[in-house]
Amino acid sequence: MNKILVLFAHPAIHKSIVNRRLIRIYREFKNIVFRDLYDIYPDFMIDVDAEQALLLEHDIIIFQHPIYWYSCPPILKQWMDLVLKSGFAYGDSGEALAGKRLLSTISTGKDDTDYATDGVHNHRLRHFLLPFQQTAVFCGMSYLPPFVAFSSGSRFDQIRLGEHLHQYRIILTALSDRQFDWASISSLDYMNSDMQLFNFYQQSIHA
Amino acid sequence: MHSDSLLFQAFIYLVAAVVSVPIAKRAGLGSVLGYLMAGVIIGPFILGLVGHEEGVMHFAEFGVVMMLFLIGLELKPALLWRMRGPILGLGGLQVLLTTLLITLIGLLFDLVWQNALVIGMTLALSSTAIVLQTLNEKGWMKTGAGESCFSVLLFQDIAVIPMLAVLPLLAVGFTAETISAGQNTNQPGWLNTLKVVAAVAGIIFVGRYVIRHIFRIVADTKLREIFTATALLLVIGIAVLMEAVGLSPALGTFLAGVVLADSEYRHELESNIEPFKGLLLGLFFISVGASIDFNILFASPIMILGLVIGLIAVKFVVLFVLSKFFKMSFNSGMLFAFALAQGGEFAFVLFSFATQNHIISTRLTNPLIVVVALTMLITPLLIIFYERFFESHKPDNVQAEYDDDIEQADNPVLIAGYGRFGQIAGRLLASNGFKTTILDNNASHIEVLRGFGNKVYYGDASRVDLLELAGAKSAKLMIIAIEGREKINELVDIAKKNFPNLRLLVRAENRSHAFELLKLGVSKEDIYRVTFGSSLELGRDALRHLGFNGYRAQRAALMFKKHDEEVITDLYEQYFQDYKGFQSKVITREQELNELFASDLKDAEEHPDEAWE
Repeated sequence: MNKILVLFAHPAIHKSIVNRRLIRIYREFKNIVFRDLYDIYPDFMIDVDAEQALLLEHDIIIFQHPIYWYSCPPILKQWMDLVLKSGFAYGDSGEALAGKRLLSTISTGKDDTDYATDGVHNHRLRHFLLPFQQTAVFCGMSYLPPFVAFSSGSRFDQIRLGEHLHQYRIILTALSDRQFDWASISSLDYMNSDMQLFNFYQQSIHA
Repeated sequence: MHSDSLLFQAFIYLVAAVVSVPIAKRAGLGSVLGYLMAGVIIGPFILGLVGHEEGVMHFAEFGVVMMLFLIGLELKPALLWRMRGPILGLGGLQVLLTTLLITLIGLLFDLVWQNALVIGMTLALSSTAIVLQTLNEKGWMKTGAGESCFSVLLFQDIAVIPMLAVLPLLAVGFTAETISAGQNTNQPGWLNTLKVVAAVAGIIFVGRYVIRHIFRIVADTKLREIFTATALLLVIGIAVLMEAVGLSPALGTFLAGVVLADSEYRHELESNIEPFKGLLLGLFFISVGASIDFNILFASPIMILGLVIGLIAVKFVVLFVLSKFFKMSFNSGMLFAFALAQGGEFAFVLFSFATQNHIISTRLTNPLIVVVALTMLITPLLIIFYERFFESHKPDNVQAEYDDDIEQADNPVLIAGYGRFGQIAGRLLASNGFKTTILDNNASHIEVLRGFGNKVYYGDASRVDLLELAGAKSAKLMIIAIEGREKINELVDIAKKNFPNLRLLVRAENRSHAFELLKLGVSKEDIYRVTFGSSLELGRDALRHLGFNGYRAQRAALMFKKHDEEVITDLYEQYFQDYKGFQSKVITREQELNELFASDLKDAEEHPDEAWE
């Protein structure tokens, strides 16, 4: 099974139903290591050596965070600034991450129609994730289509939340599989925009 | 015989208790049965080491008084007020119906109605001592059935007073002489009533407004035995006062307990009175066992056993019917009915009062006293029977209903020592909605804190019984913020031994004290050096004043902190074994720190791609 490392950044998780429910799913997977950055480093003193050692041990890295002002919360940026050092992640002999995969798991209170050229934000959400995509590419990693839970801000949208949780469980099952056909999803906009592609794993969950 | 000597008597009683109670406990019979059996064995019928010691029994009854005081301490006035329904309804109906039924049965046996009524009233009462002690031991006091039992017993305690007043009127062919025997004095009724009201009001007033100051003065002496003496004085004083106005001492001390349930001295009082209560109750049970006159039993075994079974059956039926009527579950009803189906210690009092005043003949009461004692002996067995028979069904829990009153269950944090250090942590927790139980042994301190609405208890936190009362078993954390390294170490040691699941966050006076705490098994992240945090902040700000940018100063301080904590955990063993080597290691580590900061600068100069360049 692929080993997955989740780096989670939410400064007020007690206020986020969708993130609390999403991270609960990780417990079902033995191959997933979950790290709540705000919990581990409340003083932002990130332990670079420990973080780099964890990266080396895993095949897939997940950045899970909400979108605040078109970017991630600051601790994840701090983590990137300090951990993805030259000589480790890029530059001379910086190949520690080559061949690994990066997934962004995003929660946003807005609807997907807001993130469109004619929506209030004028751009698609994927475009705002370009810095993460390019970071991955620069470090020799492949950037997977992001998993996005749209409209997750509304606490009343229980049906939508249930759907997201169901999708995420299936996608994590697929990502865990060493035989997974990565090419099949390369053209996806968002990981969860065509769940048909994961039919095989959907069945394995219900079995 | 030297059995007259007080010491020898005490010796016999203590041996009996120490030998029989552990055996009974191990056999799963509970302590009450152990004491009762010990009494039977040392009593006149088997070993004859003690005779009919009415004096002893009377003295030991004081254990019941103390028990009610302790129960009162656990019962806040608001909770008692909420229980008024069960007390009056359940208790009242139980006494009324049982009295009626037994009186009717008495009439069937051709007794004159006055005698039948005296017997009916007397046998309607159950044994507070045996029932509550047994339920306590099983941990069932807070269950639905436990609360119901308590309500009935409390009502019975109150009912004894009018019963004593009515008894003289029931003398067959009574005279004016016997009437006056019922009243303590020849004073008119209204004066008696006035005295009772005054006594109760006095207890409430003193308990609410005066006692606190007395305890404060006593606590300031820092002499434990004087505090114990004051606690005993309080209980005995109330008992004496109650007897003087003709009320039951148990009722008076219960009331005092309720009044003091909100007091900051509550836990300390409890742990002081508890051992006396335990010993006296034990003595009481032994004397009940010793008082059983087996000669009467063997003279007419069939009649006595028939009466025992009959009494239990009548009381059981009434109780079980009432449990249905009050919508208890089947299992709760069974426990309630089994628990209260015996005669009680008040029967001894009422019967002896009645015979002394020629209201009823000893020919009737002597066998009945044996019957009552035997039913008391059987009660623990009935409860064991209940436990076996309804093994899988635990009595249902009412904890949810009274949740807000049971502090132990929902106070996750215990703070020992609420001085400068403990206070800041405590206030932070409280302002985030966490309930804390605070123990402090500085009485004037507590006065001030209480004024600000804190829940603070007086007491020496290094006493296991007190910690337990304060909820150490169910708490998640204990913050040890008392002063003095010896005291802190002692408390850590005690808490670790007795409450292994309780996480300890410990104040350390300085670095060498931190070493000692590590040695005691406190983990490094749970040790807080008293001045370290503020000193570090000062150092950080000094760096800023010297020209560092604020965030750089902050990071420097935090890096220093991390390094320092690592050094402490790495070197603590060496500190105890090889002080010289320790010193040189400290110096090396200090140099390491310098290099660390230097390299932070150098890296930035040499690698333009390094973070934050």
